[in-house]
Amino acid sequence: MKKTLVAAALLLTAVLAQAAPISLKDDRGSTITLPDVPKRIVSLLPSLTETVCELGECARLVGTDRFSNHPASARALPKLGGLDDTSIEALVALKPDVVLVSLSSRLMDRLEALGIKVVALEPKNLTDVQRVLGKIALLLGKPDDARRIWNRIDGAITQTATQLPPAARSLSVYYEVDSAPYAAGASSFIGEILARLGGRNIVPAELGPFPKLNPEFVVRADPQVIMVGQRSAPGLPQRPGWSGIRAVKTQKVCVWVPAESDVLVRPGPRMAEAAALMARCLREAAAGPVALPTAVFNAPPGGMR
Amino acid sequence: MSSFSARHRLWLLALLIGSAALLALGLAIGSTGWSPMQNDGDPVMRQILWDIRAPRSLGAWLAGALLALAGAVAQGLFRNPLADPYLLGCSAGASLGVAALLFMMGFSPAATALALRIGMTGAAFAGAVGAVLLTLLLARGVEQSLRLLLAGVVVGVVLGSGSALLTLMNPDILRAMQAFMLGSTGFVGWSAVSIMAVCLGACLLVGLGCSRSLDALSLGEATAASLGVRLALVRLALIGTLALATGAAVAQCGLIAFVGLVAPHLVRSWGPVTHQSLLLLSPLAGGMLLLSADIAARWVIAPQELPVGIITALLGGSYLLWLMHRRGSGLGGAR
Repeated sequence: MKKTLVAAALLLTAVLAQAAPISLKDDRGSTITLPDVPKRIVSLLPSLTETVCELGECARLVGTDRFSNHPASARALPKLGGLDDTSIEALVALKPDVVLVSLSSRLMDRLEALGIKVVALEPKNLTDVQRVLGKIALLLGKPDDARRIWNRIDGAITQTATQLPPAARSLSVYYEVDSAPYAAGASSFIGEILARLGGRNIVPAELGPFPKLNPEFVVRADPQVIMVGQRSAPGLPQRPGWSGIRAVKTQKVCVWVPAESDVLVRPGPRMAEAAALMARCLREAAAGPVALPTAVFNAPPGGMR
Repeated sequence: MSSFSARHRLWLLALLIGSAALLALGLAIGSTGWSPMQNDGDPVMRQILWDIRAPRSLGAWLAGALLALAGAVAQGLFRNPLADPYLLGCSAGASLGVAALLFMMGFSPAATALALRIGMTGAAFAGAVGAVLLTLLLARGVEQSLRLLLAGVVVGVVLGSGSALLTLMNPDILRAMQAFMLGSTGFVGWSAVSIMAVCLGACLLVGLGCSRSLDALSLGEATAASLGVRLALVRLALIGTLALATGAAVAQCGLIAFVGLVAPHLVRSWGPVTHQSLLLLSPLAGGMLLLSADIAARWVIAPQELPVGIITALLGGSYLLWLMHRRGSGLGGAR
């Protein structure tokens, strides 16, 4: 009898712990309440997919957008479309408990009208990454893990920075995100990581995160290192006047292959990896000319974000 | 030269002087706003001046001139004041070309190698010219203006949605596509300038050669035919000119709005003109318009850049409105 009571009490507490309602405020400012930890999650942004998996809950994902390609287990999930052409029917058929979207998604109203819970999160800088990590951890019912994971990411970035040789710590850098040319400014998450590695971004914070620059600005700033994705790299040295830039003259142009670009352009839990990549570039550039990737550019569409 | 009056010669002179003045201004404005070059022998400054600002300014002027010439030809050929260089599907074709190229990059190693060999300018030019050929094919030749116009609209819409689809499928190319659609003169170098200069020369020659026929055509097709104009041949030559001029400009500078539409109207607003004068003065006006827009694009929020297409739309649009509402303007009411 006593045993049964204890068992019943244990069961009850277990049920109560399981059924604790979860409530959080997303980046729209609306409060989302779920009766329980969601068992079926759809993520429509690669960085959010990576965050869920980083928290060890990849198994709860039932579908993602077409561009979520990390970790490997996310690749096998049903793909519901791109960032703006999600198939609502396919999404609803998956019966998700909650859908994670970016703030710019047009889906939110439609999904909520269909009675699906939507959490909109938009990581833009390092602080956002930490906040988004915290929110998703809350949603998954493991708020303590967020702190642990963030400390690990943050510590890894600091360690990467301290391990850089002094010569690699004060190079001036131009980071190009697109050939128009759009740069990653000091206020972008890329710029923030670069700053922690001691790199001097030629694009000041007041120009915004990803400004479209006058190409002349880059020539005038004369950076020692250029970081660019393999998609935009061809023809860069041939741009009018660019042959005189120090980075081009001394072959200190770091070209990211697509898998590296994925890490660098997504403000998610792989920030420490991004820092390691940039550190590798700075270290190589301090030592001498940087080798170009040997593989031909080959990337499935959609690395961004 | 009988149709080229003293007044037009004066305009020609004024436009040439204005262009020269703007080119000088273009050399003095860069990523730090107003920064004229002192001759202090700094190699970086010299490079900025001669490898960046000079070809960029000249290139903007040439692209504007090409678009204006194409606009004047289109308006004369179709006897329609709303005709512009993009009428026969050029712009949609060029953007599909660029979208397909960007999409191909990274699709497979072979596709990437091919895409790199073609290049953005090659793809845009091929797209623009291909779209005109497609329009001609759909219109079954050049005999009927209305059929040509409608075929142009269809080609424009269909190819335009094609490039939108490619962009949607690969959001990585979104930013590059947007930059192309709004036009940019940032990367115009000397090779682009020489290509555009050759195209402008060739197009101007053909256009001026056909200018009498265009004058005759403005009286109606039947009258023109009775005056001995070989309509089919003239049409073919002028459509070829239109495609070449637009394709060359679009390939180097992207889709720049409004210059081709506004420049001929600007010239006409100064008084009655024959097509000979129009085809000579419009390119000068268009060149000045695009160059001033380019200077503004570099200057307003330096060192950032506005897309030049936005400025041409603002400048051209407000000028057209002003022309339209000016008292006694031919654009206002009965034509």
